[in-house]
Amino acid sequence: MTVEQIVFYVFATLTIVSALGVVTVRNSVQAVLCLVLTFFSAAVLWMLLEAEFLAVALVLVYVGAVMVLFLFVVMMLDVDFASLKQGFTRYVPLGILIAIGLLIGLYWVLRGELFGLEAMPEPAKHAADYSNVESLGMLLYTDYFYAFEIAGVILLVSIVAAISLTFRGRRERRGQSVPSQHRASKDERLHIIKMDAEVAQDDESETDDLEKAVGEKSGRTKGESS
Amino acid sequence: MNIDLMPMLPELFLLTATCILLLIDVFSKDFDRLQTYRLAQLSLLITGVMVIAQFPDLQYHLYQRHFILDPMAGIVKVSVIALSMVGMMFARPYILQRPILRGEYFILHLFAVLGMMVLAGGGSLLTLYLGLELLSLSLYALVAMHRHSTLASEAAVKYFVMGAIASGFLLYGMSMVYGVTGKIHITDIALYLETHQASLTLRFGLVFMVVAMAFKFGAVPFQMWVPDVYHGAPTSVTAFIASAPKIAAFALVIRILGYGFEQVLIDWQGMLIIMATLSIVIGNLVALAQDNIKRLLAYSAIAHVGYFLLGIIAGTGAGYSASFFYIITYAIMSLGGFGCLIYLAKGKQEVELISELKGLGQRNPWGGLLISFLFLSMAGIPPFVGFWAKLEVIRAVLDVDLVWLAVLAAVMSVVGLFYYLKVVKVIFFDAPESEIKVKAERGLRLALGITGVAVVALGLFPAQLLEVCRQAFQYL
Repeated sequence: MTVEQIVFYVFATLTIVSALGVVTVRNSVQAVLCLVLTFFSAAVLWMLLEAEFLAVALVLVYVGAVMVLFLFVVMMLDVDFASLKQGFTRYVPLGILIAIGLLIGLYWVLRGELFGLEAMPEPAKHAADYSNVESLGMLLYTDYFYAFEIAGVILLVSIVAAISLTFRGRRERRGQSVPSQHRASKDERLHIIKMDAEVAQDDESETDDLEKAVGEKSGRTKGESS
Repeated sequence: MNIDLMPMLPELFLLTATCILLLIDVFSKDFDRLQTYRLAQLSLLITGVMVIAQFPDLQYHLYQRHFILDPMAGIVKVSVIALSMVGMMFARPYILQRPILRGEYFILHLFAVLGMMVLAGGGSLLTLYLGLELLSLSLYALVAMHRHSTLASEAAVKYFVMGAIASGFLLYGMSMVYGVTGKIHITDIALYLETHQASLTLRFGLVFMVVAMAFKFGAVPFQMWVPDVYHGAPTSVTAFIASAPKIAAFALVIRILGYGFEQVLIDWQGMLIIMATLSIVIGNLVALAQDNIKRLLAYSAIAHVGYFLLGIIAGTGAGYSASFFYIITYAIMSLGGFGCLIYLAKGKQEVELISELKGLGQRNPWGGLLISFLFLSMAGIPPFVGFWAKLEVIRAVLDVDLVWLAVLAAVMSVVGLFYYLKVVKVIFFDAPESEIKVKAERGLRLALGITGVAVVALGLFPAQLLEVCRQAFQYL
């Protein structure tokens, strides 16, 4: 057994064990830390494949940024995980059954012959001066520039979406809001309780408004007004 | 290295215009967002003109074959842009009266159109997936725009979770296909399948991709989200997601199944037959029991997806063009169908139940007439375009000797008649409960007029559009 194989088996086992830990440990902070460990060991596996850039990016982006954010959220939000796990055991037998079924199905479909060493021979080792980042960059900015640009647009859309969904303006501001004043309709301020008022036949617009106001009140769902 | 960027000029222009608009909107002092709206419409118009100006007559594979420029992509882009413009005309008066009015609404609209254009011209699994994500992400945000409405938030979460699962399935399937073939381009996969036997793993990946596409379309048994999302989302957003994205999703299906996996037709045909049958039956039957118009239209959308799949099941160029015709006309009807709810809304009060339409024909003859046109067209009654669409897909299925499927489709469309005609009956033959006239804005009247007239005009002269759809698939 070569050193590489030993490293592979050690970290492959670690990946699986820590991934199992993510879903089994009770403490949610420990679960997040288990996920960090999973990413780390996966990064080592990538390193073995000579994909140094991806390995570093995984550690920097996932471990450094995403998981730290995740840890913040878990610590700051008072999520009652015990109550979330209510009814968990009830579905365990069914869940295990489905998992085993899926595992057998996947094994049957993805048997060794397709992804074994015959079908996918070991890639040749690169020389010491081979730069992973350089070749990745060459591909990304030439062959895949179209996809790269679209991915950038997707990130832009996610920023626009997140801001437009959460931004509510400065809250401490006491000034008047002209657009909301313009949009305010009579039936938001005025509540007409009694219905059987006599209305002249020719005065159509008044009938209109009155009925509208009453219709609004009965049909409108709660929390509509801003 | 010199790259000619002209072929993707429409996309580049739309992206640039949207980014500039984003900046203009931030600094705009216009409270009604009229400026943003007008500029958004203008940029869509210019993009549409650009697409038409360099309408391709051949199929080009450009930019390392990640980008396909062919008549089909051209038609998809033009129809998507036209429908989005009408969709924005419906949307503006609607959001003006609700706390949804933000410049981002129009900007996300434009990004969704960009996503659909990328999807239409996607030449590899990678670009197809990215286009789909760009489209979906914008749509999730649009559905969630109405922050104060619990229904809309519920719809947004459902749409997001379902969409994320579907994207996961799609990626999983794509990764398996890539694992087996080592190819990412649609044409390469088709070449691989010509020379190699399709392995079990490849078919397994195909199943995942078909399931993901069914999720996105809302075909039974992956339809659970459709009624809730269509009902809960702001009506203007529902009108949009029920129209243009369907055409883009059609392009996705054709690129993957029609171009990529044509050799294994037999494998996906069976799955699609099951989904089409179930969609037609369940969609039509459940729609019978609906009182709420939005839910009725949602179930009718499920049924229409079933009909539309019939043409793809045929697996021939004629079948694809029938489906293409069906989905374009359905998108027009669906946009008009949901748009009429905006047209009928009184202030913030929306029309919810079918019974609220009582006597609309007397209160507002023109509006009632246009709305009836749309519903009659969805039912598939002759002078309207819905009839030709149904006729074409059923003919396509008959051509490949699936007689039982054609009979089922015809029988279920008779069942479907019942609930469409119920709406028309309520509009024209029930006594009005109130004398209130519908006072819609000019933009709304125009938008409803466009969809209503389009349905009649295409119904009287379907030949041109049919011919265009046929030409789109001459390279298959």
